[in-house]
Amino acid sequence: MPTLPKLGLLKGLGLTLKTMMTPATTQAYPHVKPDLPPRTRGVIALMDENCTVCMLCAKECPDWCIYIDSQKETVPLEGGRTRTRNILDRFAIDFALCMYCGICIEVCPFDALFWSPEFEYSTYSIRELTHEKEQLRQWMDTVPAPVELEIGAEPPSEVAAGLTAARKKAEQQAQQLAATSQTADGSTTDAASAGGEESGEEEIHVEAQVDEERYDELIADGVPERVARAKAKAHYVRSERKRIRAERAGGESA
Amino acid sequence: MENLLALDNIWLALILKVGLLLIFFLVVPLVVGYEEHKVLAHMQDRYGPMEAIWHGVGQLPADGIKFLQKEDILPSAADKWVFALAPGVALVPAIVVLAVVPLGPGVWGENLDAGIFFALAVSSVNVIGVLMAGWSSANKFSLMGGIREAAQLIAYELPLVLAAAAVVLQAGTMSLVGIVQAQAEFTVAGIPMWYFLPQAGGLLLFYVASLAELNRPPFDMPIADSEIIFGHMTEYTGLRYAFFMLAEYAGMVVLSAITATLFLGGWYILPGVPPPEIDVLFIPGSVVAGLIGFGVVFGKVAALCFGMIWFRATFPRLREDQLQRMSWLVLIPLAILQVVVVAILKVFPVGV
Repeated sequence: MPTLPKLGLLKGLGLTLKTMMTPATTQAYPHVKPDLPPRTRGVIALMDENCTVCMLCAKECPDWCIYIDSQKETVPLEGGRTRTRNILDRFAIDFALCMYCGICIEVCPFDALFWSPEFEYSTYSIRELTHEKEQLRQWMDTVPAPVELEIGAEPPSEVAAGLTAARKKAEQQAQQLAATSQTADGSTTDAASAGGEESGEEEIHVEAQVDEERYDELIADGVPERVARAKAKAHYVRSERKRIRAERAGGESA
Repeated sequence: MENLLALDNIWLALILKVGLLLIFFLVVPLVVGYEEHKVLAHMQDRYGPMEAIWHGVGQLPADGIKFLQKEDILPSAADKWVFALAPGVALVPAIVVLAVVPLGPGVWGENLDAGIFFALAVSSVNVIGVLMAGWSSANKFSLMGGIREAAQLIAYELPLVLAAAAVVLQAGTMSLVGIVQAQAEFTVAGIPMWYFLPQAGGLLLFYVASLAELNRPPFDMPIADSEIIFGHMTEYTGLRYAFFMLAEYAGMVVLSAITATLFLGGWYILPGVPPPEIDVLFIPGSVVAGLIGFGVVFGKVAALCFGMIWFRATFPRLREDQLQRMSWLVLIPLAILQVVVVAILKVFPVGV
């Protein structure tokens, strides 16, 4: 004998009815641009100035879809032997073959390849899917700014080197200033405190937020949404830092 | 009640009736198809067709045009004549049934005295088309689909007919127009009431059985696409396939219209409230009432079809043995019980 129908049947009906009443989550794509995460793997961009023709990307590519041609050029150097330099003639990625694994980007030792979130480059011909150097360079404009470092993270080595150099210079200047002004009057403390504050500037951490006003301005200027968001964030962080700095300076003077 | 098209010239009346029925037959299934597209989509958290004209209203006509352009493939091993005729045999009964279904006060093709008998008899001709398609396609999936369909239709024809028989017993007439009028006079404790209340079990039986008759999920075993491709429609392409699809939606409309007639008071707006006969400008009141009644029937059909779509979105497919078990062990005994109870109450009425 079959079992009696239970409450589950009605529950199921209720669920489908509820789903029908709630608005659909579909993004009507060609009419509405999809809300993609900023680091979406859309297309690979090439910063050809950074490329040294080391061929690592082409070698690592599982699909062999990167084509690189290059030549060597001798650069005469004064006071030394002549050096050779690689000139990039052709760099092409066949996006009909590419499987968007991103290994080329991972493996590039000189930061010449980047992910861009742009994805609308379908064509009527498969040949047009092979993007040459110039086109790959154009995608660079759409690459979002690098991710902000975590709180307490070590800065990138080149930035750290630059900072220490700048700090040293500032200290030297302060010492010089102190040495020269010691004879005139006793304003040593002022200079020292100014120096201290300068080095402390980098430690001001501001939680990034989109500056609505700036964002609206940029959108009104016709800047793409993604770029506008990044710029508005940067603007917010900058202005916030300035404000905090001013507050501290104000507090100290008072 | 008089037919609105009861003209002196019977040939003119005939042509007008056939023309209007054809228009109804070609338009309303498309409306129900659009309803299915949209309701099913929203139940699955998506929009459904959005591009054709406005919110996808032109999707089904566009699909029809697409089907027209497709190659009409005839399998080399197929039984040519039977294969070619099957879609027509499946489609024609739906139009013929429409001729006797009342779609409003005075809006029907023909008021047959054996209306419900005629409607149910003709609508089961549909299965012959399906069997023809299944057999002639020379394809094992088609054959299995056709045979499953035959088994299912034999099993579910009985509860369908028995549930209708209970209504016929209560109304005392087999004419579909007569059943609507009998419902108008029926009262429960002095309050006018349609048959869906005294025949609640019958309504449920009729509705479930008509789902099975139409191969609608959860009773779509004969065209279970995940196991036998598309049953009897596997080998069909182009316009012939479109005919089968049209037959499915026309079947939904027809059976919903019969359900509305038997249990939901036909063209009556509310129990005891017929469509008002008001003269509007030069249009006579009877025509206005006919149009309003048509709208009411259409609303009921749309609501019943919504239920069918709702079930499709919700319930998983029944297995073949569950399907047969449900009919023979549950629906048919319940239907017989229903007939017996109605017959007893008809002879020994209690407080009506």
